[in-house]
Amino acid sequence: MAEATRILILGATSAIAERWARLRAARGDRLLLAARDPAKLAIVADDLRARGASEVLTAESDLGDADGAAERFSAFADRLGGVDIVLLAYGVLGDQADMQANTDHLRAMLDTNFTSAVIWSELAAGHLEQAGSGTLAVIASVAGDRGRRTNYAYGATKAGLSVYLEGLAHRFAGTPVSVLCVKPGFVDTPMTAHVAKGGPLWATPDMVAADIDRAIARRRTVIYTPWFWRLIMLIIRHLPRPIFNRLNI
Amino acid sequence: MTTRLDTSIETWGRVHRGAHQLAEPAWRDAVAEAARATAAAAGTTLAHGLGRSYGDSALNRDGGLVRTTGLDRLIAFDREGGILRAEVGLSIDALLRVTVPAGWFVPVTPGTKFVTLGGAVANDVHGKNHHVAGSVGRHVRRLALWRSDRGVVECDPEVESDLFSATIGGLGLTGIMLWVEIALHPIRSAMMQVENRRFADLDEFFALSEDSADWPYTVAWVDTIQGGEALGRGVFSRGRHAETGGLEPHRSGGPTMPINAPSLLLNRVTVGAFNRLYHANPGSAFRGRRHYDGFFYPLDRLRRWNRLYGARGFYQWQGVVPPADARTATRTLLDVITRSGEASFLAVLKNFGDRPSPGLLSFPMAGTTLALDFPNRGERTLALMAELDRVVSQAGGRLYPAKDGRIPAAAFQLGYPSWRELERLRDPLLMSDFWRRVAISDGNGG
Repeated sequence: MAEATRILILGATSAIAERWARLRAARGDRLLLAARDPAKLAIVADDLRARGASEVLTAESDLGDADGAAERFSAFADRLGGVDIVLLAYGVLGDQADMQANTDHLRAMLDTNFTSAVIWSELAAGHLEQAGSGTLAVIASVAGDRGRRTNYAYGATKAGLSVYLEGLAHRFAGTPVSVLCVKPGFVDTPMTAHVAKGGPLWATPDMVAADIDRAIARRRTVIYTPWFWRLIMLIIRHLPRPIFNRLNI
Repeated sequence: MTTRLDTSIETWGRVHRGAHQLAEPAWRDAVAEAARATAAAAGTTLAHGLGRSYGDSALNRDGGLVRTTGLDRLIAFDREGGILRAEVGLSIDALLRVTVPAGWFVPVTPGTKFVTLGGAVANDVHGKNHHVAGSVGRHVRRLALWRSDRGVVECDPEVESDLFSATIGGLGLTGIMLWVEIALHPIRSAMMQVENRRFADLDEFFALSEDSADWPYTVAWVDTIQGGEALGRGVFSRGRHAETGGLEPHRSGGPTMPINAPSLLLNRVTVGAFNRLYHANPGSAFRGRRHYDGFFYPLDRLRRWNRLYGARGFYQWQGVVPPADARTATRTLLDVITRSGEASFLAVLKNFGDRPSPGLLSFPMAGTTLALDFPNRGERTLALMAELDRVVSQAGGRLYPAKDGRIPAAAFQLGYPSWRELERLRDPLLMSDFWRRVAISDGNGG
């Protein structure tokens, strides 16, 4: 029987990460779950153990704050005995109007979604480079494809993150290390609990997790999930400004 | 806890729908806040799972609903002993994907796998193995509820046994369930050994049922259009878990009914044609192996099949009559239907066993059960069902709340004399459209 894959999930209590972890647990993999809330971590860990993960470790860690990230990352990797796949899945949506009015809130969101995320990504990339192989997968967003008045603060962090990942993917092109940027559209998760769902554009976290799983196996660099968001964003990116300006999106 | 107004929640029969203040907690410890937040405006709320209840027992119109499908985690799975503790929003669909490869099956399953564990317990569901396994409540070892007046309460047949028994078949009114621990059934294969046989009339149905006592799963489809000589003809199906064939769970997918069918699609002519084809079909005499998915869940292959009945929806009717009068009462029921000119597309006949449920308001009892669905044609349909109700009441039987959307309070109370006990143990924050109708609105509540 093959060695169990060693998986580090940063933001393991997020809905998409949890659903992906279930797919891996069913294959008997070993997981280290990092997130802020120890009670939620314990609940997720119990579930993954019951689903067949060969080992589930947890680490209570405020990932949005990157202070001491290098030491913390080393500790995660040591506990797992090395890492084969890193999934970075945390992030906050923020309220656009609130962040326009309160730049402390804006800064907190930038620190979480961009600053800390690129630092963890860089640390993960360095670890995989040393190991000689592995995958870094990071959840960005379709919101990063064009700045829109309803969520450009959030969108800008995801755009910056996507460019960082593009650079990492370029750095590792032709090597056994892969870097995947995941761009989900609308996903029915607690992050979007305030919105009425059910239209054809809404996906479940299970669908997104399955797409991530396939993309990791196929060593993809960028995916839109569900797939049709690639077309939607292609159109939105190319809308002439006079038309774009009339849209309230 | 974020809540939002949702105006689209409807019953599976689609006759009832309405606006609810909705919350979808993702964690067990968020349930209390979700319940209070959704009840803030109208004073009551109710747990809601995958919405497969045909009638109004899972609606609380103009009040709150707490959707439990985000609570879908396993808590512990003993792969040697077959004991599973899981959050109540876990569906049988998701459960089987985990347990079947480990050699375990749900102890009792309804005809769809798209129900939550919480919904299965709240309705004390039964299946094709009722004659040997009883209802699902018999296999619940322990459960936890959140109550607005007591917080989290764990109960089992010994500890808080009153609350335990009221919760099984308690229609979600005794508290919001958080997790359930059930004993699974061991299997050696995902395949089923199946035997289908045609029967010409009700006497043959009863003979086949008696003859099939050593088959753990039995059910029959019955033709509700043919009267006279052919009254009660149908197809009897029996099965057991195979000994070999691997433990591959079911796959997902299959088509979805995209829109409402025209309301006239399922009428006496089309159903009659279907029945003739079904009865004559070689599958009606099938003997061989089938995957459990096709054996237990044929309707799950078409997602949203309830749209086949058009925009006006349909009623389900399911009653049970005790053994003493089972033959005559069942004959009378079929006679009433064939004479009515209404057509039931899905008509299911089964003999229940005598294994008692711990549930206070459990539906199954020893005897014969008949399940029907009728396109909603307004007064005509209601009148027919009222006539069927009378046959069941006279025989000392009762109707299934999970499938009801119109039974009068008096008829319900006659069939379930323990209803006052459930009302006494009801969490004051919880209410459903069904309970308002059968226990509260006539002034007998409390």
